[in-house]
Amino acid sequence: MSGIRVLVGTRKGAFVLTSDGKRQKWDVSGPHFAGWEIYHLKGSPVDPNRLYASQTSGWFGQIIQRSDDGGKTWEAPGGEKMPEPYDPPAGVSNKFVYDTSPQTGKPLTTHQWYDGTQHPWEFKRVWHLEPSLTDPDTVYAGVEDAALFRTVDGGRTWQELSGLRGHSSGPKWQPGAGGMCLHTILLDPSDPERIFIAISAAGAFRTDDAGKTWRPINRGLHSEYIPDPDAEVGHCVHRIAMHRSRPRVLFMQKHWDVMRSDDAGESWHEISGNLPSDFGFPIDVHAHEPDTIYVVPIKSDSEHFPPDGKLRVYRSRTGGHEWAALTKGLPQSDCYVNVLRDAMAVDSLDSCGVYFGTTGGQVYASADSGDTWAPIVRDLPAVLSVEVQSLP
Amino acid sequence: MIRIVLPQHLRTLARVDGEVQLEIDGPVTQRSVLDALEARYPVLRGTIRDHVTEKRRPFVRFFACEQDLSHEPPDAPLPDAVAMGAEPFLVVGAIAGG
Repeated sequence: MSGIRVLVGTRKGAFVLTSDGKRQKWDVSGPHFAGWEIYHLKGSPVDPNRLYASQTSGWFGQIIQRSDDGGKTWEAPGGEKMPEPYDPPAGVSNKFVYDTSPQTGKPLTTHQWYDGTQHPWEFKRVWHLEPSLTDPDTVYAGVEDAALFRTVDGGRTWQELSGLRGHSSGPKWQPGAGGMCLHTILLDPSDPERIFIAISAAGAFRTDDAGKTWRPINRGLHSEYIPDPDAEVGHCVHRIAMHRSRPRVLFMQKHWDVMRSDDAGESWHEISGNLPSDFGFPIDVHAHEPDTIYVVPIKSDSEHFPPDGKLRVYRSRTGGHEWAALTKGLPQSDCYVNVLRDAMAVDSLDSCGVYFGTTGGQVYASADSGDTWAPIVRDLPAVLSVEVQSLP
Repeated sequence: MIRIVLPQHLRTLARVDGEVQLEIDGPVTQRSVLDALEARYPVLRGTIRDHVTEKRRPFVRFFACEQDLSHEPPDAPLPDAVAMGAEPFLVVGAIAGG
């Protein structure tokens, strides 16, 4: 491996951080799309220079950007300036329209609102982009209000996989504090028909037929903030992670509780163990050790900052239950930032790198599996997402 | 020649400097101006008005000749000064901090 590229989405633009394999000196490029919210950027596993970005604005809506040169230049697919006389529009890369076809869309009319009443589905933004493991032109998009879309033409057009929203539990889904977002998309590397997704606050779902049909996989989750704590749906899942070598084993950071499944989500059990708080947002798995996992404990759902003002990543080398604080290089006093659900990632170098960004604008990196940390940058806008590419 | 002034974020998105100038065939209305704008700059589709309903996005307003035209019917004629190119049609993003 010759290099690392860290893709950072923030409240005010995107940044691309690059380094060689030593991961000591970094170049910072950006802001790209300055002033816009960049919820997520991610590269194609089969073409590392093909990147996708979700650019959003409360004023001007959703834009999808694509780069074919590793983030140096970007285009909104299908949005290229038209010569005169006008050519037909080439594509509509930011058009995310829910399926309302009589065959599949008709029943998909409302979901549960904060006050328990039914509310129409309203597209707001793309939270997460998950490029295909095999095709650089195929990407899945998790959106708010929760739905899953897919492009097979490099982002020029998007179609909803409406079997998910059409699940009979759809009218019971409700927004979390951040909105009703589909934020996690895990593609099973051993089975191209299997996809896991997670929604706040509906829970986790799985398809085994490439997105045609879905079912909830929330057995074992327990949430005191819903009328039936053990309900089939309604759980505020914050993030799910898997190791490529063991896709039936899933790790989950829930609103409260860190959970594990050893049967592809059929059942879950708690592995919070000795964490100082089991509330948090991100969770990730070491690139080479499938039982080494990382979380960032946050004090509570009403106080979104680290306990005791100490920014600590917790690592378990035993697949949960037993956790150790990683603190070297991280602020251990007066630190009141948050780490959001998509803001942690790992690289695949021999000595696994771990990265996370904060709402205070810092991006921290560890080149030794979390033993020691150093900031790559300290003063970006609030970080929404972090992804890492290990470059050949 | 119709003159259109876009907010900064949309100028950046469309990669234009200053005013956009467009020729409109037929009546000059909000709809015909926006149709022509989006045909010339497809990246703006969905950013000013909804893809499906074509309703103005809530935080976007239309001003011209010192009037707020945001709530005028989309097919109502725009002021003669706009149609003649003497005054620009302003697409404005609501002012907010952050």
